[in-house]
Amino acid sequence: MLERLRWPVVLPLAALGLILLPHGLSFSQQELLVFLTINVLLVASYRLLTLTGEWSLGHVVFMGVGAYASALFSKALGLPVPLAMPLGALVAAAVAYVLSFPLFRMKGFYFLIGSFAAGEVIRLLWIKFRIPFGGPKGLKLIPGFPDIAGISFFGPVNFYYLALVVVSASLFALYRIEHSRIGLTFHAVHWQDRLASSVGINTRHYRTLALVIASFFAGLAGTLLGHYLGTVNPNRFDVEEMVFVLIWVIVGGTRTFFGPILGVVVLTVVNEVILRELGTEAFRPLIYGALLIVAILFLPDGLESLASRVRERFEAARPSTEAKRQAS
Amino acid sequence: MAMTELLLQTVVNAVYAASFMALVAVGLVLIFGVMGVINFAHGEFYMLGAYVVAFAYGGQGMPFLLAVAIGLVFVGGLGLVAERALFRPLRDNPLGGLIVSIGLLLVLQAAVAAGFGVRAENIPSPFRAIIPLTDSVGIPLQRLLTIVAAIVLLTGLWLFLKRTRLGVALRACAQDPEAAALQGISIDQTARIAMGVGAALAGVAGALTAPLVRTYPYMGHSVIVTAFIVIIVGGMGSLEGAVIASILYAFLHTFVTTFADGVTADIVGLLLMLMVLIVRPHGLFGKPDRA
Repeated sequence: MLERLRWPVVLPLAALGLILLPHGLSFSQQELLVFLTINVLLVASYRLLTLTGEWSLGHVVFMGVGAYASALFSKALGLPVPLAMPLGALVAAAVAYVLSFPLFRMKGFYFLIGSFAAGEVIRLLWIKFRIPFGGPKGLKLIPGFPDIAGISFFGPVNFYYLALVVVSASLFALYRIEHSRIGLTFHAVHWQDRLASSVGINTRHYRTLALVIASFFAGLAGTLLGHYLGTVNPNRFDVEEMVFVLIWVIVGGTRTFFGPILGVVVLTVVNEVILRELGTEAFRPLIYGALLIVAILFLPDGLESLASRVRERFEAARPSTEAKRQAS
Repeated sequence: MAMTELLLQTVVNAVYAASFMALVAVGLVLIFGVMGVINFAHGEFYMLGAYVVAFAYGGQGMPFLLAVAIGLVFVGGLGLVAERALFRPLRDNPLGGLIVSIGLLLVLQAAVAAGFGVRAENIPSPFRAIIPLTDSVGIPLQRLLTIVAAIVLLTGLWLFLKRTRLGVALRACAQDPEAAALQGISIDQTARIAMGVGAALAGVAGALTAPLVRTYPYMGHSVIVTAFIVIIVGGMGSLEGAVIASILYAFLHTFVTTFADGVTADIVGLLLMLMVLIVRPHGLFGKPDRA
């Protein structure tokens, strides 16, 4: 039933909901919505990398590479922002490609820490070199997105719509990649590494491809952030931010495309809206940490597994209703 | 100060940094080796050790060494609790262990920040004497104490691992948990010991250095980052590797900090690690199958 109605009914309803969403919110919530939209792209791109079985701690740094590159293209070189953004994302992809050579000599936890080190080197270079990166304070006065047909993208609502368009298109691309031949090969590289290489798949090549594509979209998310805030600084992309990405992805669950997105949406709403409303500013990280522990102990497959559990319940219940109908 | 004396003073500083780092890194490696868990909360164990001293010695006026001993027992006990309540249920889920340790990190940081405030604690050093080596080069007694404690504790751990039945059981678990279990070794018990000892070592490192560093709730952050670099360079799961990498990293970092600056030293340290990983993807003393 739901399957058949998905495209003609559910999708337009979801789109309408997303378009109306910012109008019932306060200004700070609207700003939060912009960040949430950008973070959705960040976690969805991260999931593409995890498909090959590698967990990176450098993902937010690639986001930062996109943000810095696009900021410098538009500010220092004077390129128009709509051109600087894809170029910035390409720079993130290129940096990821170069780093893939040392990084993919490692696997597992070594890759995890190796990617952290590589990202940290990039971040320290931003801090070290005032020209062109602005040192610890980062870059300021980054040009914003230009007006289109008299519509300004300075405020959060309009920028949210812009981000929504960019992120939706990117999610569509990521979804298609995952369900293409390439995406299936990513799965094979993860679960049947040796078998995959024995049938002629260059596993290194596919790991690199996943890293480059994931970094491109992380970079694109970074460019949105940079041109919205008008500033970027090295601390915005440090390991604490990365830890949050990990938490969103794992609490959401990585089995399906929508798991990480569910994770970032639910945890952001819980963290920023509910806990902030409760007014427990000092205890917020404490409750958040406890929530994390509880989630991983009792929902090891993530929030998305709740949905499949409910579905199983539902399907288990169905034959009995059939039987009841026959009995009557 | 003449060049030779500057060099000598830097060597003294590096030895101190190495012994402090070895205490933290060896515990981290022990936990990873036996339990297969990357303990992100290790820096918070270190932070708690420092806060026990801030509370017992700085606040309650107990003798410093007694406060250090309390720190060792308290943090070690906390490690046991964490093992039983958090890591044991997630034993077959390596990412679960990592995430739960991040949750623990957030909880411990927030709890300390709520109890003591985020401002740095003021802990006067109990040992103000400086032992002179030459006219202008000296080693503060507080630092010497850390060096001696590191040597004593790590030698003790080494003897325990090599000479006692339990130590052998622990190493067997680190090599192959399944085979060890088949020999009748209790995985629960070895995990408990690894976690207790590992946490206690981090706690004692924090307790001993509390008067020397800024004691504040987020002090574990930079320590855990350095410890990760050290255990990767040494090879995950290798205790000897952790000690040697601690020495290597501490000397490199201290010298570059002295002769260039801190950020450069961080970059050089990270590049050292990437270099080691490119040449030896499993660290200096690591084995390929424990990745």
